[in-house]
Amino acid sequence: MLVMMALAAGMFAVAPWMIDAAPYEATMGLVYKIYFFHMPSAWMFLTAAVVAGVASFRLLFLKRPRADHWVTAAAELAVLFGAFTLVTGPLWARKAWGVWWVWDARLTSSLMLFMIFVAYTLLRKYGGPGSDKLGAGLALFGMANVPFIYVSVNYWRTFHPPTSVVPTLPVEMGIPLWYCVTAFTLLFVILLRLRARLEHQRARVEALYLAEDEA
Amino acid sequence: MNAFARIVWFVVKKDLTVEVRSLEILSTTMFFAVTVVLMFSFGLVVDGRPLNDVAAAILWVAIAFSGTLALGRTFERERHNDTLRALLLAPADRPALYVGKLLGILLLLGLVELVLVPLIGLLFNAPVIQQAVPLLLLVGAGTLGFAAVGTLFAAMLVRARSRDVLLPIMLYPMTVPVMIAGVRGTAALFQPTPDAAVAQFWLSLLAAFDVVFVVLALWTFEPVMTD
Repeated sequence: MLVMMALAAGMFAVAPWMIDAAPYEATMGLVYKIYFFHMPSAWMFLTAAVVAGVASFRLLFLKRPRADHWVTAAAELAVLFGAFTLVTGPLWARKAWGVWWVWDARLTSSLMLFMIFVAYTLLRKYGGPGSDKLGAGLALFGMANVPFIYVSVNYWRTFHPPTSVVPTLPVEMGIPLWYCVTAFTLLFVILLRLRARLEHQRARVEALYLAEDEA
Repeated sequence: MNAFARIVWFVVKKDLTVEVRSLEILSTTMFFAVTVVLMFSFGLVVDGRPLNDVAAAILWVAIAFSGTLALGRTFERERHNDTLRALLLAPADRPALYVGKLLGILLLLGLVELVLVPLIGLLFNAPVIQQAVPLLLLVGAGTLGFAAVGTLFAAMLVRARSRDVLLPIMLYPMTVPVMIAGVRGTAALFQPTPDAAVAQFWLSLLAAFDVVFVVLALWTFEPVMTD
């Protein structure tokens, strides 16, 4: 774990130089380089949603109580990376398209997924006992949206670039991109495990308190 | 009638019997929906003329708001005297209970929409009579999608704290696709030259969402309602 954290910290420290080495883009020049953080964080956003959905399935249908800790952790990370994506996106859009926001399929469905996981966080905080199962139901519905978001740019005419852009990138842009994807994935895994472990320990402390009350 | 259909019929009959005695939820929800339409009309009418496509938007927002209220209050009724627990303890298939509750909500919302749609036609000169059949299909499919998710979430939240505000918080993001499809389809029908092809596209999208939501809800109802 410590090794992963050191590695991730190192990778992020070096990232600006890697990004600086990438060439300028034809129409957008320097501005497009926010993409190297925007796309990995979007991928982590969708991954967090899928992890939350899978853990919800384990909690509800395979009856594993500890899966709840992973749902909570993944949902919070979905909010985090979703917020990052939804901030870097408009920052880029303002320069590339001239507007902060458009209501096209990709942006609208991403915002919707983000709101679903914000709703999950609110539910867990204020819903009282039993909200772990309720939240799991909500997260399952949220995960069902992820494939739709990903393919929406391919089937609707949108401002947002389609998914075919990624495999066709030139090598000089591909290297910093996959470097940043690796760094973000490391960060995601670290945060997920830390948060899930924290949640597990919180649940244990709570159980101990309850046991003490009964004694 | 097989066991599943019998349970569904029992649940629907029970809800209908309780509601017919006082008509409380139906009349108040209907009046609320009418008020919502009027409030939005006051806000969105400029120089005595409504803005473009506003009629479709107002209709669906009114359905969403009054639907949320109706869902909350229907399940609030189940909370009193713990009748929901009694339902769950009965030797009945959980999905049958869900479908029974869903049909009750659909009936309630259907009656409200029977008043709302002509009202929209009246206030905005929208061609509701000429487009009656496509409109019926669109509004029906959209209400089914909204109610399918809403019934599941409202039933889930019956024992939760802050349930009044948590229901819209959970429901609205999830039903955004239904709202978008409903509004765009209805707007296509309300144009000066109605665009049937566009409306058809949104209708098929609504049908797809309905299938996904209903199946997912049927699947999730049982594990979520067990304690």
